[in-house]
Amino acid sequence: MWGKGASAAFFLVSFPHGHWNEAQTMRIDAVMVADFAWIRPEPQGLYLPEADAWIDPSHPVGTALVTHGHADHARGGHGRTIATPETLAIMALRYGVAEGGQAVGYGESLLLSGGIRVSFHPAGHVLGSAQILLEQAGERVIVTGDYKRAPDPTCAPFQPVSCDVLITEATFGLPVFRHPPITQEIARLIAVRTANPERCILVGAYALGKAQRVIAELRRAGYHDPIYLHGAMERMCRLYEELGVPLGDLRPVAGLPRAALAGQIVLCPPSALNDRWSRAMPDPLTAMASGWMRVRQRARQRNVELPLIISDHADWDELTSTISEVDPEQTWITHGREDALLRWCALHQRPARALALVGYDDESE
Amino acid sequence: MERFAALMDALVYTRSRKGKLALIADYLRETPDPDRGWVLAALTDGIDFPAVKASTVRALIATRVDPVLWALSRDYVGDTAETASLLWPEPPGACMSAPSVAQAVAALHDTTRQSAPAALAELLDRLDANGRYALIKLATGALRIGISARLAKVAFAQAFGVAVEEVEEYWHGQSPPYRPLFDWALGVAPAPHAGDTPAFRPFMLSHPLEEETLDLAAFAAEWKWDGIRVQIAHAGGQTRLYSRGGDDISAAFPDVVDALDEPLVLDGELLVRGNHQGGQAGGAASFNALQQRLGRKTVSRKLLAEAPAFVRLYDVLVADGEDLRALPWTERRARLEALLPRLDPARFDLSAVIPARDFDELAEIRAQARSDAIEGVMLKRRDSPYVAGRRAGLWYKWKREPLLIDCVLMYAQRGSGKRSSFYSDFTFGCWNGDPDAGAELLPVGKAYFGFTDAELKMLDAHVRAHTVAKFGPVRETDKSLVFEVAFDSVHASKRHKSGVAMRFPRISRIRTDKPAHEADRLETLRAMIAD
Repeated sequence: MWGKGASAAFFLVSFPHGHWNEAQTMRIDAVMVADFAWIRPEPQGLYLPEADAWIDPSHPVGTALVTHGHADHARGGHGRTIATPETLAIMALRYGVAEGGQAVGYGESLLLSGGIRVSFHPAGHVLGSAQILLEQAGERVIVTGDYKRAPDPTCAPFQPVSCDVLITEATFGLPVFRHPPITQEIARLIAVRTANPERCILVGAYALGKAQRVIAELRRAGYHDPIYLHGAMERMCRLYEELGVPLGDLRPVAGLPRAALAGQIVLCPPSALNDRWSRAMPDPLTAMASGWMRVRQRARQRNVELPLIISDHADWDELTSTISEVDPEQTWITHGREDALLRWCALHQRPARALALVGYDDESE
Repeated sequence: MERFAALMDALVYTRSRKGKLALIADYLRETPDPDRGWVLAALTDGIDFPAVKASTVRALIATRVDPVLWALSRDYVGDTAETASLLWPEPPGACMSAPSVAQAVAALHDTTRQSAPAALAELLDRLDANGRYALIKLATGALRIGISARLAKVAFAQAFGVAVEEVEEYWHGQSPPYRPLFDWALGVAPAPHAGDTPAFRPFMLSHPLEEETLDLAAFAAEWKWDGIRVQIAHAGGQTRLYSRGGDDISAAFPDVVDALDEPLVLDGELLVRGNHQGGQAGGAASFNALQQRLGRKTVSRKLLAEAPAFVRLYDVLVADGEDLRALPWTERRARLEALLPRLDPARFDLSAVIPARDFDELAEIRAQARSDAIEGVMLKRRDSPYVAGRRAGLWYKWKREPLLIDCVLMYAQRGSGKRSSFYSDFTFGCWNGDPDAGAELLPVGKAYFGFTDAELKMLDAHVRAHTVAKFGPVRETDKSLVFEVAFDSVHASKRHKSGVAMRFPRISRIRTDKPAHEADRLETLRAMIAD
């Protein structure tokens, strides 16, 4: 489980002045392994053996702690699901009404067996998204889940929580990923719409979180025209509104004459951008709201004409500044481009390791 | 630089030719001199800073960014200029004003390998990520954004409402930032004069001959060879070889270029020696043989010896400083035949006129020409002047009948632009033996045209209903649909598992009537190999 980068990091931290030997390194490693043994990275997710509970498991389990509602983190079929009320509402919408939901609000805590205390703290990723703080015998571990530091009118902002181990995501863990301010991207979208009154501006955005954030930011930018929705977006937008996130005048695309959509902004899931559904739109101009749009070839591969660099994940600067700010003893990296973040930790003399978790789909951001 | 950066960005994301033309035309019209001239030079490969290479950029970034983080990023992004533009650390404090394109050119001009990194760094510090990307592309001379020099010239013509043939004619002999060219296009100055330089003259092109017969008293027939159409020009002690788009390909063909030292401009087919095409001793090899000589910046002595190039001449445009283009074809042909003895016979020969008495005889000769791997027949009006572009009624190309083979649809990929929602790129295969005895299909080619819009809809529906696997944008089908595929020729190829490569394959008919196991076998296709 120990990666190369991790060993290098321990060396840097433990013996910054030179003298070291095999035995010392092994001793240090052994100490590190012994610490935090009550939380175990398994391929299917993070496991708490003493509580027999999993965090964001990729398969149905008895007890699941869920950070947020995206499908790769929140799967159906668990016996007991512990999450924020908003995440439970999102899961209920996606998987039908589920038994065994246990709501824990931000700042509230819950005691699991094995003396493990669990509390939820805002992650700023999507509505209801949480970091999970796990405490046992004075040791504090934060699982960030997916998070971002950039402002988002549709969810509570990320709150840094002090801890011994920071288990962080690394979806955009390469220094090329620096998300510009969303106001700049929204201004580009509005300008393109103004310049193309005959074309239908088709914006691909993930149905949970991204779509509502784009709509809310359009509203903040003073855009109050109706925004049209692909069928797959409607229910989630309605749920956001029920949970107190106003989104303005939203209308379904279904049933409208084609010509009515010329010059309008239409939101759809990314998969619909280049498929049969989009053929019915009048001269569509395809935009895509995603952090991956930073890289030109990524945008080209998707036939995107207007790439909007809008992400609900932390960019490189947010990832590294969060590690510095939280200042944990160890950083564990769950999923994404962990190599570069490990390298950064080594360069900054921070012990770090990559966890090989499976099943998180960072591509669909 | 911001406008150029915005243009580069927009070009990257615009797929249609029409869209790209409009973007470049708008830029050229709305941007003041001399920036637009430098950008036009960048788009047409007319700008070079010898001291700035991709390695300069890599070395420079290594002074600012950790090498491991650079390598991981470069691997992911796949493009040095883009990676560097994203990783370049923004300078702290007051941000200086962005340089204009002309200022960037001035700063990089005349740099040495020692001074180039500092000059580049100073410019990068004044730009945002998109600006840095555009600057690095400009500085390293590798735009690679899918714009040909020809497209840029068409855009120039469109921007100012002038004829592209005139743009091409006046282009040569001019140098960036092309102020006289812009002044001429804007109507504020007369057309620039090429002077005593080996300038490019726009090609005369032909229309396809469709279902008509021509009177051979009025039209001369000659072979259309399967090489690449070139123009070779000598003036002022210099020789240049131009491809059909006006690109200077002299560097790849020093053997041909060095062989002309008279003030002539000749039109012909560039070919490589071999004994397959044309039947004459020392005739032309296949297009395949020519292909290994194309697209090179330099050429090795070994390749020069193995695949010597020559030009089979069709026409003469300028002789002894005299422009012959207004003369009728018969007179130009006579001049061409008369000057031939003065040329190196190893590098120049004459494309023969086909001695057919009438059109029927010509048709017969053409039908028999298949084995000679000739592309077809050209028919030229005997009294036609040499005029740029495609003029109705003057020149016709009469291509060979295509070869046909029945193949099975194997994979389909979504197209781009207005076809982006349709599976419109089709990979098809032939059986590698008896399909009833367990033979498999091997891919033999790919085609994305030849069908109507209605057929495309039907093919798209077929692919969706018969998908057995998906690989990203590609779908594998259940191999139930037969295409009759038309193609111009087929060649042996080591790069393809099937061992064959088709030229210009297109879907000729959709054979819903034919079961897949009755499609052709690979051996049938191999038997059609011409070389």
